[in-house]
Amino acid sequence: MMLSKGLKRKREEEEEEKEALAVDAWWLEPGHPAVAQAPPAVASSSLFDLSVLKLHHSLRQSEPDLRHLVLVVNTLRRIQASMAPAATLPPVPSPPTAPGIADNLLASSDAALSASMASLLEDLSHIEGLSQAPQPLVDEGPPGRPSGAAPPSLGALDLLGPATGCLLDDGLEGLFEDIDTSMYDSEFWAPVSEGHKPSPEDGPGKEEAPELDEAELDYLMDVLVGTQALERPPGPGR
Amino acid sequence: MLGPWCSPTGSPAPLSCETGCREGSWILVCRLLVPTQVSLLSMEEDIDTRKINNSFLRDHSYATEADIISTVEFNHTGELLATGDKGGRVVIFQREQESKNQVHRRGEYNVYSTFQSHEPEFDYLKSLEIEEKINKIRWLPQQNAAYFLLSTNDKTVKLWKVSERDKRPEGYNLKDEEGRLRDPATITTLRVPVLRPMDLMVEATPRRVFANAHTYHINSISVNSDYETYMSADDLRINLWNFEITNQSFNIVDIKPANMEELTEVITAAEFHPHHCNTFVYSSSKGTIRLCDMRASALCDRHTKFFEEPEDPSNRSFFSEIISSISDVKFSHSGRYIMTRDYLTVKVWDLNMENRPIETYQVHDYLRSKLCSLYENDCIFDKFECVWNGSDSVIMTGSYNNFFRMFDRNTKRDVTLEASRENSKPRAILKPRKVCVGGKRRKDEISVDSLDFSKKILHTAWHPSENIIAVAATNNLYIFQDKVN
Repeated sequence: MMLSKGLKRKREEEEEEKEALAVDAWWLEPGHPAVAQAPPAVASSSLFDLSVLKLHHSLRQSEPDLRHLVLVVNTLRRIQASMAPAATLPPVPSPPTAPGIADNLLASSDAALSASMASLLEDLSHIEGLSQAPQPLVDEGPPGRPSGAAPPSLGALDLLGPATGCLLDDGLEGLFEDIDTSMYDSEFWAPVSEGHKPSPEDGPGKEEAPELDEAELDYLMDVLVGTQALERPPGPGR
Repeated sequence: MLGPWCSPTGSPAPLSCETGCREGSWILVCRLLVPTQVSLLSMEEDIDTRKINNSFLRDHSYATEADIISTVEFNHTGELLATGDKGGRVVIFQREQESKNQVHRRGEYNVYSTFQSHEPEFDYLKSLEIEEKINKIRWLPQQNAAYFLLSTNDKTVKLWKVSERDKRPEGYNLKDEEGRLRDPATITTLRVPVLRPMDLMVEATPRRVFANAHTYHINSISVNSDYETYMSADDLRINLWNFEITNQSFNIVDIKPANMEELTEVITAAEFHPHHCNTFVYSSSKGTIRLCDMRASALCDRHTKFFEEPEDPSNRSFFSEIISSISDVKFSHSGRYIMTRDYLTVKVWDLNMENRPIETYQVHDYLRSKLCSLYENDCIFDKFECVWNGSDSVIMTGSYNNFFRMFDRNTKRDVTLEASRENSKPRAILKPRKVCVGGKRRKDEISVDSLDFSKKILHTAWHPSENIIAVAATNNLYIFQDKVN
């Protein structure tokens, strides 16, 4: 049972790390003064990785649950914002190579790639808008077949299966699958302080984060909405 | 006893008994398993239960995922109770008629009709399988002898007609009793066919199929009070349909951003006002509710009212948004209030006050310190429904460990009950349950860490005028009744 597992782990850590004790105690009693002493970096980092895992898992579904996806992405944004003043990629206990691979991907995910994805997405949204606006006038044709001539696959978040693999190295996914999820049982997280919490309207540009974090968020958003764009051949604007 | 302020206008007859929040007043009427095949019952099976289910009980050990109940709904008189399951099937139960011989049997429900509403489909263009799971069932008010209901999966809404046939014509001239044509030479007399009684047969026929109007997953359907239209809502859009027209629908809400990168919010539930056919509400994943008036404009992207409670800074966390996501929204029968369910609370809002709810009820606040674990195992994304009782004085919602909670709005008392096989003796009185959050655990209490998070009560229903409730727990449907009734 997930919660029991977390409870056990908490007790082990109480013996090992004194600094963790404060957070553990706080986990039991929300009003504990140790809240202020909780190391946010550790908490945010593991939550961040967990959220990235969830995001990838969600994107791998043939038809992702949009609500789940949006909530995970928004949560990632919050975590991202709270991690901003800390190290860009806080040390993760295991596996050590995962953040390294992520770094390489981020380095390669440069502005040009983001821009091209954005423009592709614009094209997709435009075309989908044309197909959606007039109400479908269809007979009871083949089940599930959408109306009109416009290919339905242009729904931005509809097609994510095979395209996801193009951005994500298979090896990277394999590494994530190896991650020992028990480390996510820890309750190390602090409430996001006033200054760090971004409103949903704030774009990544408003953050004071170092360059790498902004690119990281862009990368995540592009993975979220941009992967299906790779299904289409690059447009002339590219 | 009903307080004056909560008497609904234009409502059904007031309850004949007190609200059911007193301890020890709820009893199990029957536990129904969704039937799929006739099977031999074990000899230990309770005789009462077998009779109730018309011998269609299924052996528990063969219950499959397809039998998981995904929606429960009473019709407008409470005579019928419909369930939909993950396998695309609809099962309708009918209340046992009152009889002098077995007075205590009134309140029990038997299988009335079973039919396959939706089949799994394959969208060839997107290479996607469309799940046959029934997301919602909504009854139409009865206007003739037949019953009508809407059932929907992720993509397609269907209108079903359920009708009884208890007579058949006999004495045709040209056909014999088996339907074979008679040799004209043998016909020497002319007779008028007569209707003779036959064993009751209940037929369900699909009358309309409303397809191809939703790119995203349908989460709600709601019948309008004009009885001519209804709406269907998916993650980003709401469409308005006329029952007679299946190849066209009007899009009345569209929150899809021009650039999907900007998507931060989805529609989670929607419902028409019970009396004003121009008014509806929809809730979002950000914990907001918008009330819209269809007279204002064709596309109701600009709301008439916007309900949102400011975030409590002391409770703020990474998970604030997820737990604020509204999983269900329901108008009160009176139409004066709306009730919303988010992960930890149920809130009642007055339509005239947008800045905060008038009542907030904690469903399982002991989970607040467990949100990280619940995020990890995805339980934090569970969508619980909520329901009003007939007089809008009691609200009910589900929780984990097969617990469900009732809140009496007048007395401010609440009770936690459990829908479990252990309490499954018919007429057994439900014992209130209590979750121990810390410190010494009493004998009857259950500790937070012992809760079974795989046993969730997501779907419940309350009879429109009596204290009878239906609670769906995986593949079991429990019907409870206030014993005072």
